[in-house]
Amino acid sequence: MNPTDRTLEPSVKEAPAHAAPTTAPSARWREERVTKDAPTPVLECVDVDVRYGGFVAVRDVSLPFGHNEITALIGPSGCGKSTILRSLNRMNDLVDGARVDGKVQYWGQDIYGPGVDPIEVRRRIGMVFQKPNPFPKSIYDNVAYGPRVTGMDVDSMDDLVEQTLRRAALWDEVKDKLKQSAYGLSGGQQQRLCIARTIAVEPDVILMDEPCSALDPIATLRIEELMVELRDRYTIVIVTHNMQQAARIADRTAFFTADVDETSGDRTGVLVEFDLTSKIFENPSDSRTEDYITGRFG
Amino acid sequence: MTTTTTTTTTPHQRLATDGRSRERNPRSVIFLVALWLSLFIALLTLLTLIVSTFIDGAGRLDSRLFTEFPSSRPQQAGARPAILGSLWVIGTTAVLAIPLGIAAAVHLEEFADRHSRFNRFVEVNIQNLAAIPSIIYGMLAVGFLGLLGVANKNIVIGGAVALALLILPVVIISTREALRAVPRELRQGSLALGATGLQTTWRITLPAAIPGISTGTILALSRALGEAAPLLLLGALVFVSFDPNGLLSGFTTMPIQIFGWTNNPQAEFRELAAAASLLLVGILLAMNALAIVIRNRYQRRW
Repeated sequence: MNPTDRTLEPSVKEAPAHAAPTTAPSARWREERVTKDAPTPVLECVDVDVRYGGFVAVRDVSLPFGHNEITALIGPSGCGKSTILRSLNRMNDLVDGARVDGKVQYWGQDIYGPGVDPIEVRRRIGMVFQKPNPFPKSIYDNVAYGPRVTGMDVDSMDDLVEQTLRRAALWDEVKDKLKQSAYGLSGGQQQRLCIARTIAVEPDVILMDEPCSALDPIATLRIEELMVELRDRYTIVIVTHNMQQAARIADRTAFFTADVDETSGDRTGVLVEFDLTSKIFENPSDSRTEDYITGRFG
Repeated sequence: MTTTTTTTTTPHQRLATDGRSRERNPRSVIFLVALWLSLFIALLTLLTLIVSTFIDGAGRLDSRLFTEFPSSRPQQAGARPAILGSLWVIGTTAVLAIPLGIAAAVHLEEFADRHSRFNRFVEVNIQNLAAIPSIIYGMLAVGFLGLLGVANKNIVIGGAVALALLILPVVIISTREALRAVPRELRQGSLALGATGLQTTWRITLPAAIPGISTGTILALSRALGEAAPLLLLGALVFVSFDPNGLLSGFTTMPIQIFGWTNNPQAEFRELAAAASLLLVGILLAMNALAIVIRNRYQRRW
């Protein structure tokens, strides 16, 4: 059964269906939610190239990320999807020799433009990593860390921590051990704590880099449910190797692949296709997408 | 290959080696014995040293050693000023070297551009400084105090400067290693929340590195505690009959006191020297044990 059906029932009742007739039953909710062909972009890549030293990792990516939508980036290893994700909040700045050309626009403003503070960019555009990386601090301090370092105006930190943990569907599991080390939590709980930590600073966009790849299927399911809940408040971009995951939760999906240079053997990531998730999975327009989706390569 | 041999050789037969393990051939045995002998010689030397010192000095390892001042009569002599002097000098050394060393390491590891020629030059030099004989640092301290116009160089701050310079490279290197052991994901997690580089260093990286830093620092301080050469160069006194009471106070330390006593003709003084040596060894072992405890207690959990 589709794990997201439950959480989406209310919104279905409020907004009567206007789904495309071709929709498969398992993907129905998605169509009901996102119908426009073009998203309202919160964040948008315009002709983005990313280089590491002289090596072009990704070329010519133009991709909008819709407001309060989940966009999944899928594709085989080495196709540059994580690289693109990291260029969306300037985490690539931390890599020696990395360079981003083109524009990444956040509400129309180029985050690589002059005078833009990468610190502020990262506060607005948060990131959850592949491996859960809680700080070696208490659960409480993990959540309070972001608001503290960004100097958020907080009336009561206790309330903020509780609210945030509730929103990250972790409160009931940790409310009696807030002062204990975050390392005592299970992997799935640690990852939800990392999500809580990210939403504590009230970002607009949450980037997730294969957030479930280190987790078991049940923990994965809970994170997916959480993402669908969070979608109402945040714009989410997720890189995933798991196509079923993209099919389950993403409103739109971008498929990347790697172009291999015949002479040098360099692999350069390119965007093949970007569309509604149902379209990508049921009726892709590019044969490479179809090959990947159906498991013929990758 | 396997398809043709499986019919003739069972796996059981293939594992047997005619009763002679390849680990047991003569060359392996000779090599193992050589390794074992090397270890044995090292341990035997250490054991002989400790046991003979213990036999010599145990009789004088009493309260007088802690409470009495040096004296020309060995029965009344003690190492009280030397013990206090060591505490003063090592304490001051720690205050000078630890903040400087940690700050330098943080800069090199977290902020400096690894590819710049200047920083690579600095790195190579720190490695070299760690290998420089301690007496050179004594000369440096003498020169430094001379430039400042200090006539009597045998003062606590002078000795501390020499020892701090001596252990600074070691503190820097061990701090850098501790910082490097902090996973990059933690720094990225902090930066991704909108923390600045400085906040990340102060609140995440440094606290996570503290066990490693303290282990390295304690080991460096215990090295300084056993040093005599740079202090002798500063003109450290062998016979001090007062308690050091400040940074500008004259002083002696335990290694120097031991050195002084062994130069005396009377056998009783050598007994005293052995007793003081035992005390010094005891303190050093305690410091090293503390370093190990800290390392084990705060074992990395990531």
